[in-house]
Amino acid sequence: MNLLDMGAVELAAAIRDGKATAVDAVRASLERIEEKEALYHCYVTIDRKGALAQAEAVQSRIERGELNGPLAGVPAAVKDNLCTAGMLTTCSSGMLKNFVPAYSAEVVLNLHRAGAVILGKTNMDEFAMGSTTETSAFGETRNPWNPAHVPGGSSGGSAAAAAAGECFYALGSDTGGSIRQPASFCGVVGMKSTYGTVSRYGLIAYGSSLDQIGPIARNVTDCAAVLEAIASHDEKDSTSMERPDTDFMSALYEDVQGMRIGIPKDYFGEGLDEEVRNAVLGAAKLLEEKGAIVEEFDLRLVDYAVPAYYTIAAAEASSNLERFDGIKYGYRTTDYNGLHGLYKKTRSEGFGEEVKRRIMLGSFVLSSGYYDAYYLKALKVKALIKRAFDDAFSGYDLILGPTAPTTAPKLGESLADPIKMYLGDIYTISVNLAGLPGISLPCGLDGAGLPIGLQLIGNCFQEKKLIRAAYTYEKARGIFPAANEGVKITSDRKAGE
Amino acid sequence: MANIIDDETIEYVSILAKLELSEQEREQAKKDMGRMLDYIDKLGELDTEGVEPMVHIFPVQNVFRDDIVTNSDMREQLLSNAPEQKDGMFVVPKTV
Amino acid sequence: MAKEYETVIGLEVHVELAAKTKIFCGCPTAFGGAPNTHTCPVCTGMPGSLPVLNKKVLEYAVSVGIATNCEITRYGRFDRKNYFYPDNPQNYQISQLYLPVCRNGGVEIETAEGGKKIIGIHEIHMEEDAGKLFHDEWENCSLVDYNRSGVPLIEIVSEPDMRSAEEVIAYLEKLRLIIQYLGASDCKLQEGSMRADVNLSVREAGTEAFGTRTEMKNLNSFKAIMRAIAGERERQIDLIEEGKEVVQETRRWDDAKGESYAMRSKEDAQDYRYFPDPDLVPVVISDEMLEELKSRQPEFREAKMARYREEYGIPEYDIDIITGTKHMADLFEETSALCGQPKKVSNWLMGETMRLMKEKETDAEELRFSPENLAKLIALVDSKAVNGQVAKEVFEVMFEGNIDPEKYVEEHGLKTVNDEGALRKAVEEVIAGNPQSVEDYRGGKEKALGFLVGQTMKAMKGKADPAMVNRVLREELAKRPISEGE
Repeated sequence: MNLLDMGAVELAAAIRDGKATAVDAVRASLERIEEKEALYHCYVTIDRKGALAQAEAVQSRIERGELNGPLAGVPAAVKDNLCTAGMLTTCSSGMLKNFVPAYSAEVVLNLHRAGAVILGKTNMDEFAMGSTTETSAFGETRNPWNPAHVPGGSSGGSAAAAAAGECFYALGSDTGGSIRQPASFCGVVGMKSTYGTVSRYGLIAYGSSLDQIGPIARNVTDCAAVLEAIASHDEKDSTSMERPDTDFMSALYEDVQGMRIGIPKDYFGEGLDEEVRNAVLGAAKLLEEKGAIVEEFDLRLVDYAVPAYYTIAAAEASSNLERFDGIKYGYRTTDYNGLHGLYKKTRSEGFGEEVKRRIMLGSFVLSSGYYDAYYLKALKVKALIKRAFDDAFSGYDLILGPTAPTTAPKLGESLADPIKMYLGDIYTISVNLAGLPGISLPCGLDGAGLPIGLQLIGNCFQEKKLIRAAYTYEKARGIFPAANEGVKITSDRKAGE
Repeated sequence: MANIIDDETIEYVSILAKLELSEQEREQAKKDMGRMLDYIDKLGELDTEGVEPMVHIFPVQNVFRDDIVTNSDMREQLLSNAPEQKDGMFVVPKTV
Repeated sequence: MAKEYETVIGLEVHVELAAKTKIFCGCPTAFGGAPNTHTCPVCTGMPGSLPVLNKKVLEYAVSVGIATNCEITRYGRFDRKNYFYPDNPQNYQISQLYLPVCRNGGVEIETAEGGKKIIGIHEIHMEEDAGKLFHDEWENCSLVDYNRSGVPLIEIVSEPDMRSAEEVIAYLEKLRLIIQYLGASDCKLQEGSMRADVNLSVREAGTEAFGTRTEMKNLNSFKAIMRAIAGERERQIDLIEEGKEVVQETRRWDDAKGESYAMRSKEDAQDYRYFPDPDLVPVVISDEMLEELKSRQPEFREAKMARYREEYGIPEYDIDIITGTKHMADLFEETSALCGQPKKVSNWLMGETMRLMKEKETDAEELRFSPENLAKLIALVDSKAVNGQVAKEVFEVMFEGNIDPEKYVEEHGLKTVNDEGALRKAVEEVIAGNPQSVEDYRGGKEKALGFLVGQTMKAMKGKADPAMVNRVLREELAKRPISEGE
């Protein structure tokens, strides 16, 4: 029995049944990390000692019968923008390279309550700004399917770690697709819930009105289990919602009979890779065969989501990142002239290029004379986009499409042209603007052997429908290969090594 | 390119953003911001007359705390990350 | 001929609300903690922390709005005001720009000429206070303490309706009284729980258009406000007379030097990039909540004055003073309810209380004696357990430390001696010892009696009932008709 072949829920069951222990699972994960991490670089911080100590504590609680949840004893990884008390939390930024929070994010506490063992903190695009994990101040993460390619981003470390077996599941955060897109690139399942379902307390904010924490795991069951564990109504987060229906695992059954699935024609236009199109439409066909009613429709406004998103996200980010000033925590420059000199030099040295680009844009769109034309306009477009989704969901239970226009690009290909990079988020971004739940799951490989992601989008609070459809598809699709096996080694891969 | 970002604008925005850009970064920023704004200008194609700007997606409202002291002193933890501290306070360059 | 100028003044008044905890976190607002001990991740701007609104703050803000005749914003929100300064840990302040909680109100003041005038209130908004900066002279650096960071404030923004320093003071006193009556703040200028920024411009008398205004900060007393208004008026008139322009700017008043200086620097762009705070949800005030808060409005001064005239029959002057502060009015009403003798209560407040307040420079809000103890003291006098002089002495101790007068009188043996035998003995001794005064009295000089009363009181160590002393003295003096020389 190779523990690393198991899913998270499967592993927890084995631990509960005494067939394995939490300590065995952590050891297996750490061994895999030893083996692969030098190449993939999924983590910013690996807490070997702490993880083993946690595992022992969790194991004895399981044996005493105090912990019996579906994730008890399972090793997990946490994106490095989630505060972990006493453990480095960097946002993959030089600005926070030495920041050790005094408290843990609510989701981290929820994971502990569920008996998770936290292995460490995963690499990401700096402050979650990026789609490739290349903007990390600590070096890029590589795609376990082919290390010459990016894992996607911003939760690239989480997705790569889950795909490479360097953890059983990971938490990511999704502001414009930052869970779903790397999940798609790494051939794993990533889910973003309805805005407000998971507490943001302790998530170092990028775009507060868009950010949502969610799971990245190797199958739909694990994803549902993790989401169930982390969803909570948190009085410390004013935007957190009280929901009675977060028993997401109850939706893990095969049934799409009569489910109405809409395919937005606008998602299959220019820029979409042919292989991706075929794989996604193939997935739709499979769901149709399982009894779903699949139709094409016009979603509208797809081209406006990206500019609206970048306006809103940059504006919020410019304000959210003001607190990084070299006074209370994090990086402080050494040689400066006066207070404003300290601010400017610290921030210019502490932040990377992409972060600075978005702070500048955000500061501009909020500045006197431009607020109405840019920021307010974007909020109005957001309202229209929400309305377009409302219309769509009056006719359909779910929306189906690709997660990203392409499979994972090669390292270094995306960053040169920001707008091109931003356009890669075209299918995921509007989901954040409208606060909707979305899931990405693998639906095939392209000719180069890189995974293709299928995205399902639900109406707000309809995660269960999403999970049910995803689960049904996953069963119909059959086992998807793991990143480390069953894939031809291509010449690209060698180039990356 | 419809949006030309001049030096003055970049200087002004960098004062707001508290960023000090090198000559090269400044030129790049002018280009990037111009292109981004051209792109964002696409929003102008949409008629949003009478549309209420949407700040929050869901009508969640009136989330309150009761006026009860809940926090305990965590000064040491909060100060532990400070680049410089003195007498239980954060040290900053002279402000007057 | 010299031109006549009119001063146009509007105020921005910040008031620290009396909530026990901060506006967005559960840290205490109490003064006096060691630096940064009243802090948490939220009010120190730690990454990942989030604000949650203190309901009490909203209630206070709405209550002040109702009391100042404002329209209450039924759908409100918080906005971020972005600016970098170390006392502001997030480098944005959570405030309200677009949808402030109250708008379009006003309060009535009395003008110097004895007329009445409405000062309009443009808006009232809720916001968080900043931390405190200390300047370390030795190390050439500043130190930040976030204990005050996040303390709840309301900012009351007036219309530019005031024309003189006197009107400004009248307006501030009016606001202070209303807010104190509501219990929403103690409004102490010196301690900073009430702070006023003065927006001032001048224009030639008779013209319509406003001149360019400046904003004056750092005004810590009514006197400083008056001086700053006079100083800024002069400065602006001088500029205009010299043909120069008044620059719209924020200036800091240095009361010691009696002058102001501009606070601007190249790095302060004064572009706050306000936008709705995505971390906080809208505040919707329902009909029920509004009615509830309306019903909880206290009786304000005018109503109280009318009721006092009706109910208590005390002099108009007393009514004016007593209702001048909420604390004094509460003391009066509660003590009167306990002892049933409003006139006596009023006498204590107007007499000894005012005298001691003046002598010890105490504000009415700082009075420490309780209604219970004042009522007890009045009862002690009524029952002749102590005489008036002793009562005054006891009151002075009560004024300092709110002691229980009954216990105090008991412990210090201050009770009036009601033993007539002892008194008669003392009187006999006084008569025997003061033959000249006795003779004067008998010779028809009533005045001499006063001296003999005093001597008797002295012999009784002050603990005698003066009426009884009077009676016994007269009786004893009458008993001994002139025998010698007959």
